[in-house]
Amino acid sequence: MAPKIDRREFLKLAGIGGVVFASGIGCSLAGNKVSGTMSKNEDFYFVQLSDTHWGFIGPEANPDPTGTLPKAVAAVNALSVQPDFIVFTGDLTHTTEDPRDRRRRLGEFKEIVSKLKVQSIRFMPGEHDGSLDKSKAFQEFFGPTYYTFDYRNVHFIILDNVSDPRARLGEAQLQWLNADLSKQNPNSKVVVFTHRPLFDLYPQWDWATTDGSQAIDILLKHPNVTVFYGHIHQEHHRMTGHIAHHAAKSLMFPLPAPGSQPKRTPVPWNAATPYKNLGFREVEADVNHAKYDITEYPVVRS
Amino acid sequence: MKRMVTPLVAWTAASALILFLSLTQIRSGNAQAPERVIKITAHKFAYEPDRIDLKIGEPVVLELTSKDVTHGFKIPDLGLRADLEPGETARVRLVPEKAGTFEFYCDNFCGIDHENMSATIVVHESDSSN
Repeated sequence: MAPKIDRREFLKLAGIGGVVFASGIGCSLAGNKVSGTMSKNEDFYFVQLSDTHWGFIGPEANPDPTGTLPKAVAAVNALSVQPDFIVFTGDLTHTTEDPRDRRRRLGEFKEIVSKLKVQSIRFMPGEHDGSLDKSKAFQEFFGPTYYTFDYRNVHFIILDNVSDPRARLGEAQLQWLNADLSKQNPNSKVVVFTHRPLFDLYPQWDWATTDGSQAIDILLKHPNVTVFYGHIHQEHHRMTGHIAHHAAKSLMFPLPAPGSQPKRTPVPWNAATPYKNLGFREVEADVNHAKYDITEYPVVRS
Repeated sequence: MKRMVTPLVAWTAASALILFLSLTQIRSGNAQAPERVIKITAHKFAYEPDRIDLKIGEPVVLELTSKDVTHGFKIPDLGLRADLEPGETARVRLVPEKAGTFEFYCDNFCGIDHENMSATIVVHESDSSN
């Protein structure tokens, strides 16, 4: 019988967070999923990547705009234990007003991420992908902009707060959210993925969702909700009531801390510390306790 | 960082409250002074003019139009916003009651340089010159 493995315990034993795992320990960890006899509540983990901004040009912020995403793909593929699934929380591409360019960038992005070993990937648009055409091009490549899926007793909800250029979820989506949550067991575990923060982090920099408070009010009725989002290009953690909100780093350029300078200009590239503050994260789900342990990874190791 | 932001948040909240009270006054018909009309034109990716100078207690109407696509007008510090549709005029009334600089910006994603589309309202003490 294959022994069960608790991945977090294994990380502790290894004394590392996300460094290469030892192999040959008597259980199979190869492939997309941890093999063995997994119950529905078994822990699992996913990888969140965000704000890849494919098509961005700005050498002062990132002189390697076409190399950073492939490096991130390679870094994820190099993880000894591959995630159960991967999620991209928006701004897959950098905005362009030319619909052909938009589709070209989305196609190039899709081609690059097709090289990920794990092909259970969830996508959502960011405002750079979808706000100029109400996510029409995005949907041609990746399908619906808001939806749900279930994995090992966790209910995942993708919310779209970008297709409306005014940064609104809109009444239809809010009703859909309310109806979806009403169907869930009151004690079920819920994880929300979205692009913009649902709360007013710093509206002066568009770091908010216009009607996000309505979504939070709906989510607050549920006891176990955690939100992962992108948009602000930095790690950030905030509680609204019992709901934890976790922002991820970008894979193109970092942005300054909210309100720390007059303009929201990218943090300049530092040749002495290339790719600093760019990266992706692993999220280890402790399903029984609705806990999510986050491990941040750089694009490249120094 | 927190030490920098916290006073700003408190100041912002106070300013919003003062402006709210000012707007309430106008809606109640209590404002006596004539309103100065200030025209602001939005286009990709700027407002013209990009600086508006006002005096404390001076009632004004901002008349906002867009030359090209739908833009937004938002002053989070004052709790004001409007949609600027091409061919239409949005009117925003206010009576500033506190000196300071208030940034307004486009909150309707409008293109490649949308994130830099902003301008300022500077409110002066009533006896100071512009």
